[in-house]
Amino acid sequence: MTVNDFSFTSNFWNVWIIVLTLGNILACWWLIRWTSKHKEGEAASGDTTGHSWDETLAEYNNPLPRWWLWLFYITMIFGLVYLVLYPGLGSFRGVLDWTHQKAYAKEMEAAEERYGPLFAKFAAQPVAQLANDPDALKIGQRLFVNYCASCHGSDAGGGPGFPDLSDNDWLWGGSPEAIKTSILDGRTGAMPAWGAVLGDKGVEEATAYVLALSGRDADETLVAAGKTHYDTYCAACHGADGTGNNALGAPNLTDDNWLYGGSPGVIRQTIAQGRTGRMPSHREFLGEDKAHLLATYIYSLSN
Amino acid sequence: MDSQTTYNYKVVRQFTVMTVVWGIVGMLVGVIIAAELVWPQLSFDLPWLHFGRLRPLHTNAVIFAFGGSALFATSYYVVQRTCQVRLFAGGLAAFTFWGWTLVIVLAAVSLPLGITTSKEYAELEWPIDLLITLVWVAYAIVFFGTIMKRRVKHIYVANWFYGAFILTIAVLHIVNSAALPVSLTKSYSVYPGAIDAMVQWWYGHNAVGFFLTAGFLGMMYYFVPKQAGRPVYSYRLSVVHFWALISTYMWAGPHHLHYTALPVWAQSLGMVFSLILLAPSWGGMINGIMTLSGAWHKLRDDPILKFLIVSLSFYGMSTFEGPMMSIKTVNALSHYTDWTIGHVHSGALGWVAMVSIGSVYFLIPKLFGREQMYSIRLIDWHFWMSTIGVVLYIVAMWISGIMQGLMWRAVNEDGTLTYSFVESLEAMYPFYFVRFLGGALFLTGMLVMAYNVIKTVSGARPADAPIPQTA
Repeated sequence: MTVNDFSFTSNFWNVWIIVLTLGNILACWWLIRWTSKHKEGEAASGDTTGHSWDETLAEYNNPLPRWWLWLFYITMIFGLVYLVLYPGLGSFRGVLDWTHQKAYAKEMEAAEERYGPLFAKFAAQPVAQLANDPDALKIGQRLFVNYCASCHGSDAGGGPGFPDLSDNDWLWGGSPEAIKTSILDGRTGAMPAWGAVLGDKGVEEATAYVLALSGRDADETLVAAGKTHYDTYCAACHGADGTGNNALGAPNLTDDNWLYGGSPGVIRQTIAQGRTGRMPSHREFLGEDKAHLLATYIYSLSN
Repeated sequence: MDSQTTYNYKVVRQFTVMTVVWGIVGMLVGVIIAAELVWPQLSFDLPWLHFGRLRPLHTNAVIFAFGGSALFATSYYVVQRTCQVRLFAGGLAAFTFWGWTLVIVLAAVSLPLGITTSKEYAELEWPIDLLITLVWVAYAIVFFGTIMKRRVKHIYVANWFYGAFILTIAVLHIVNSAALPVSLTKSYSVYPGAIDAMVQWWYGHNAVGFFLTAGFLGMMYYFVPKQAGRPVYSYRLSVVHFWALISTYMWAGPHHLHYTALPVWAQSLGMVFSLILLAPSWGGMINGIMTLSGAWHKLRDDPILKFLIVSLSFYGMSTFEGPMMSIKTVNALSHYTDWTIGHVHSGALGWVAMVSIGSVYFLIPKLFGREQMYSIRLIDWHFWMSTIGVVLYIVAMWISGIMQGLMWRAVNEDGTLTYSFVESLEAMYPFYFVRFLGGALFLTGMLVMAYNVIKTVSGARPADAPIPQTA
């Protein structure tokens, strides 16, 4: 059985809700009917009730203002009609059979009908060609600002842990297809933690070697020891020459482009504790056609 | 003084004076966080000054410290005088004052430290919740004990509202605060997921309904007819709107959870009852404002009456706005925007604060044996500062809120969103500044009030009125 908005743990709660709801509305109705009638022995309009408090406090017994009574009746009638048309009375679905899910699906359908052809037209053209189409790029940028900028930055420049998409350095490849796959299916980049394997000294040595790989000064003996570690543990993903591997999302370590930061301290931390980078999948959410235009925009930034 | 021949004014005096003090503190924190939204660097990167921690401090201080003190003070004053007996259990009444003060001090320390349950308007952690429960039970004993030993046959309408407020807040507080403690400063709600959200907003909206509405209607039902010197407009309207208000308010909470994981039937009921709530809410406004019929001229030169009557106008306005905002299609635009903040403040500043201020101006001279406040002119100044302050605040929030809602849903001809979130934020700045000005003006009015109170009280001796011996 699928759980939906109308599943109650027992029919008791269903009845309970209906009785309380209608009971409360009808009680209000009865209350204003009862009090708007003048009763025997009650103070007339313009007279006080005869009770008094704290020397000067008294009460008139003026009738309920007519416009106010109408306002009350109208809201109650509106409420009752609404509860007949829409879900509200326990598991009664309402005669319109309206649900959030259906309302959402209808809106999405209308949007698809209206905007679908526009996106389909662009989707039929290859990314490399669209990258010169200002209309396609404009839409791509709008999509980027709303769906991607919160992580990758409004200029696509990225940030610590979030790749820069404006340069031509790619973790998972920069071909139109690779970019589109990243958007549609997401990516998970996993750098394992080596602290326990290498020990403090080993991490220090590996760090020195990574620094040397990117052309920075490091202690010769540490670098030499680090190379052994690198060849044993790191080369499998980052490559023997340290230029990385797009198939695994392993970054190039020989340039000056760092995903999590390139200072000795951060490199040490990355080696010791590992990293997990996650690009979420957008297939369900955006669909192929929008991803196509997004890929176009991202592709255009570095091509 | 502790004889049965005088009213117990001591506890009323304590709460009345603290109403002014906590009003200034709570509103000052409000102005600070309003300024932080315009100039974010004002938090100086200190966690204790961060908006996220000061905001609950502001809401707790104005609702429970300022509003709470005003309710304690006036309910204790009103229940004695309209029952014509001295307050029941004087020792317990004193405990409610010191207990409540301790709650406020603990809140002022724990919230900036980041100790919070994260439930809106119920952020205080479980040890403080327990203390609140004790104080509230004592409050109920004092209040209902006084009603029980009354020397007047009928219970005055103000006491119906105070009574409903005290009973319901006890239920709301206990149910919503139910939690499993894991340490002295951390607990987890006993309710899971969507049920937790529903319990929270059942509490949250009824805190508005019973703390900020029913309680203050009790205040209104005493101070408006007293200050106007006129009988209440209609007894039967009191009966109808009292029962209709307290029964329908209970249902309105789910309108805070439109278009969420809350089951749709609950959302519909929340909306329907919020709409039905319009007439019962307006019943109080009509009864208050029409009490003045035949005495409208008094509004011209009595600034206390101005405070009371204008507060009812704001009450009427925000209780119209609320039901409108609860309609799902309107809510789709207004939810999560500044419109909500504006709505809350037309109620909190326009209604709650102004009716309390009027009542405090009424009480202070009587509690300290003075003919009247030190300066009537300054009350008038305060009135205009408050009124202009509220109007600036809510107009700024209406514009920015509706603008936000429209910007978030605007789409280009290709169906993409026209504005990014940051663009909508950037558009808010001028309105955040106007809101800051409105709040600062309201706060300045409170400082004028403090000066006026100090001048009235200094050199005066506490006065305890004798209880008339004839029933």
